[in-house]
Amino acid sequence: MSERLGRHAFELTAAAIVATIAAHVAHLPPWLWVGALCIVGLRVVVRRRGGPLVPIWIRLPAAGLLLTLVVMHYGTMFGREPGSALGCGLLALKLLETERARDARVAIAFGGFVLMSALLFEQALWFTVVVSLLLMLLLGALVSLQPAPADETRLLRNELRLGAILLGVGLPLAVASFLLIPRLASPLWGSREIDSLGRTGLDDRMQPGALTELLTDDSPAFRVTFDGALPPPSQRYFRAIVLWDFDGSTWTRYRRSDYLKPEEADRDGTPVDYTITLEPTDRRWLPSLDLPIIAPTGAHFGADRVLISDDIVSTPREYRVRSAARYTLAPTLTRQERARALALPEGFDPRARALAQGWRTEGRDDAAIVRAALDLFHKSFTYTLHPQPLGRDSIDDFLFSTQQGFCEHYASAFVVLMRAAGIPSRVVTGYQGGWWNVSGDYLLVRNADAHAWAEAWMPNRGWVRVDPTAAVSPARIELGASAANDSAAWTQAAWLRALRNRFDYVNGLWTQAIVRFDALRQKGLLTSFGMPDANQGDMLVVLSIVLSVVLLVATVWAMREMRPAPGDPLDRAWSRLGRRLARAGVAAQPNEGPLDFLARTRAALPASASALTSLVQDYVALRYGAMEPVPERVRVFTKAVRNFRVGRPVGTA
Amino acid sequence: MAATVADLRSRALAYAERRLPALTRLRRPESLPIRLDRRRIYVLPTGFGLTFALLMFVMLLGALNYANNPAVLLTCLFGAAAGASLFVGFRAMNGLELSRVGADECHAGTPLALRLAFTPGVRTRPSLRLRRDDADTAFALSGGGATEVVLAIATERRGWLRPGRIRLSTDYPLGLFRIWSWLNPDAEFLVYPAIEAPMPALPAGDGREDDRTLTGPGDEHAGLRDYRITDPPRLIAWKVSARHDALLVHDSERRGGDALVLDYAKLRGLDHEARIRRLAAWVLAAEAAQRSYILKLPADSFGPGIGTAQRHACLRALALLPFA
Repeated sequence: MSERLGRHAFELTAAAIVATIAAHVAHLPPWLWVGALCIVGLRVVVRRRGGPLVPIWIRLPAAGLLLTLVVMHYGTMFGREPGSALGCGLLALKLLETERARDARVAIAFGGFVLMSALLFEQALWFTVVVSLLLMLLLGALVSLQPAPADETRLLRNELRLGAILLGVGLPLAVASFLLIPRLASPLWGSREIDSLGRTGLDDRMQPGALTELLTDDSPAFRVTFDGALPPPSQRYFRAIVLWDFDGSTWTRYRRSDYLKPEEADRDGTPVDYTITLEPTDRRWLPSLDLPIIAPTGAHFGADRVLISDDIVSTPREYRVRSAARYTLAPTLTRQERARALALPEGFDPRARALAQGWRTEGRDDAAIVRAALDLFHKSFTYTLHPQPLGRDSIDDFLFSTQQGFCEHYASAFVVLMRAAGIPSRVVTGYQGGWWNVSGDYLLVRNADAHAWAEAWMPNRGWVRVDPTAAVSPARIELGASAANDSAAWTQAAWLRALRNRFDYVNGLWTQAIVRFDALRQKGLLTSFGMPDANQGDMLVVLSIVLSVVLLVATVWAMREMRPAPGDPLDRAWSRLGRRLARAGVAAQPNEGPLDFLARTRAALPASASALTSLVQDYVALRYGAMEPVPERVRVFTKAVRNFRVGRPVGTA
Repeated sequence: MAATVADLRSRALAYAERRLPALTRLRRPESLPIRLDRRRIYVLPTGFGLTFALLMFVMLLGALNYANNPAVLLTCLFGAAAGASLFVGFRAMNGLELSRVGADECHAGTPLALRLAFTPGVRTRPSLRLRRDDADTAFALSGGGATEVVLAIATERRGWLRPGRIRLSTDYPLGLFRIWSWLNPDAEFLVYPAIEAPMPALPAGDGREDDRTLTGPGDEHAGLRDYRITDPPRLIAWKVSARHDALLVHDSERRGGDALVLDYAKLRGLDHEARIRRLAAWVLAAEAAQRSYILKLPADSFGPGIGTAQRHACLRALALLPFA
């Protein structure tokens, strides 16, 4: 039953395998995917030349070697990364023994499995689209495995088209199933807090210069929809992490602050209500405009009034927050807080400390000292994402020699100066700015909008936000990260920005509608169809009904017989003319020959008389003039009939 | 193991055919044309289809477990495409018509080329497969007029052969579902006897006979030959022609003459079937040598004569000799 595969079918199968592995390349170790591609390529070349099959005593140890290498690389063979790495490797090895349709089918089906697992790493719209295109390739490869007569040439185009048609036909059913398949409230095995992807994102430690990667990452961090008006750029500070402790090179968060009582906050002015949809970060912080007043469900306040999620944000997360734009945070400081907010590591940055202490001994007050520091930055510092590296005394190096850097450098140096001058202060990281998406009516904040600033404590005013970067590069605050960062000019083009806005809007919809679809939304969906309180059983019933309807439609389509119209083309053209005349009121009688019919119609439709005469005479000549009508003349006649209209002279055919 | 599986399978099939009248109905030969419709097209998932379903289920479970909605969506899409393939496959069979069955001349032991003419209708029907016992052929039909498909079926013995049930199946387009129907055309084909190999030498001159023996009673084919367009109608042997498919004329020149005599009775020392094989070989050899010949069988005699009609008449008589 299963003959040796033809070259076309085999190579299409190989292509499907390569495509499947390619979908995983982003997280595979290079040795694995390069090796897998080499194996596939070699096999294709050897088979083309009619070389022998790889014997089992090579294939089995190769599989063992793969397993060993994967375990050595990841330390385990379970979990998402090792599992998919193993899958990709086995898929390539499977091709070594693929010789018949049966093997190829197994390989392709397994390929489908491996391909789906790529979605565990990336759920973005573009990637889903890519995966569905690859599915089309897989289906096309399955089609190519069909037996065919030896003389038939296989066309890749036809196979892919059939794959696309199958996917297209399946789409309605797929969407219905997607909406109605009951979602699991809790996972059956494992936990959904999957191992960290190594996503870039804000961290609870900050080393000046380390954020460069994040600041050039244009992927969305979160989207904000405001109930009211959009706050001005200077107020779009989203706090995420507060960093207290400095060891001379790195700022870290006070770990236990989650369990302390939140700092008191008084607000005045009208609060801002908004909803944030946060992309997965694999961390627990939730950014919010300063200063959040009510914590959303599933989250709580840290001691320094940042929002902390109860769970790790591993899937897109949507939450509502109310924030105050004008507020007083922590009107009084405890002794311990004051001590921590003034602590500086011993033996670092002597010049910076001397400078700040000098300001204090000159008798300036707190506000004047803040101004002095900002003036210093404003005078001779430049903003760049690619500053020179700093030495051991990083703050001294930055303040007195390099004098260039970005938000982290300024925030860090500023806080060190304040602390040296005796003003309690701390570093805050989060996001600032954002891109207003007109079509979607939301604020898009990208990872590139990540920002670091400072908070200084003033008597009676509490913690006050001070952004030293604004003193250096006001554009960064007013126009956003892309204006300040030295990116290539073409990314500034208006049309490109508009396009990216649109694309982000679509992406946002995708995240909203598909990625974040869960049991709750599912319930809401059925409620809107008049089924409140639908349980999972009801959903299965509805799904069965939809399935039955779809199957019924498909069955009717499949059963529909397509019989060729009776008679030859000449007969069909003639009966077409007859139908047309019947609509005009002159129906041919069964006992009437063409010429008698012509005589009657000429009398009834004098306007078309000449056209009809020529048509009928043509027909008579073709039908009765010879044994077989001449095909070209039949075509001309058919065309003339098609052009014929009752009541108007016929155009020249 | 494989034998057990095959045995179980055939027993399950036998049971199914006992229980399902529709299957049993198709055991009886049908007159042509045979048109395939939903009443006689059967569908079952293939082994690969079942494996695929299991794989889909695992994929769906995994996607639901990790609450990975794009994966749920694409798994549904993959599954729905697989389901849609069932209908596409069914359409490849539905409405197909077997319009004619014919066969080439064939001797026992060599495969009989069964020619089945299918009318595909307006649809293109890719990747169909005909199967009868071990004979197997893959073909594709493009829409339009009748297309002939050749299925070479093995022959073992001379005589009438009924092709019996032929399975027409497809697992187009993805190999997930086997869609099949049984064709049992009411037709039988004559398998000529096997030819002795190596080809034996023709009998020597002692086989010759004089006119007197030739004109014995019951020797109706003596002195007949195929009709040629120049023959006057009065020479046509109407009664004999009516018994055969060809027009035969009296041939006064050939009557007797030096016709070879291929006599069943004179082949002593050989068993029944071996004699038939040798006679069949001689008939072909005489035709190849362009020599007029007479075939004498226990109950019948053909010739003298030469040509297609004589050859077919002889081989047919040999094929239909009773088995000893």
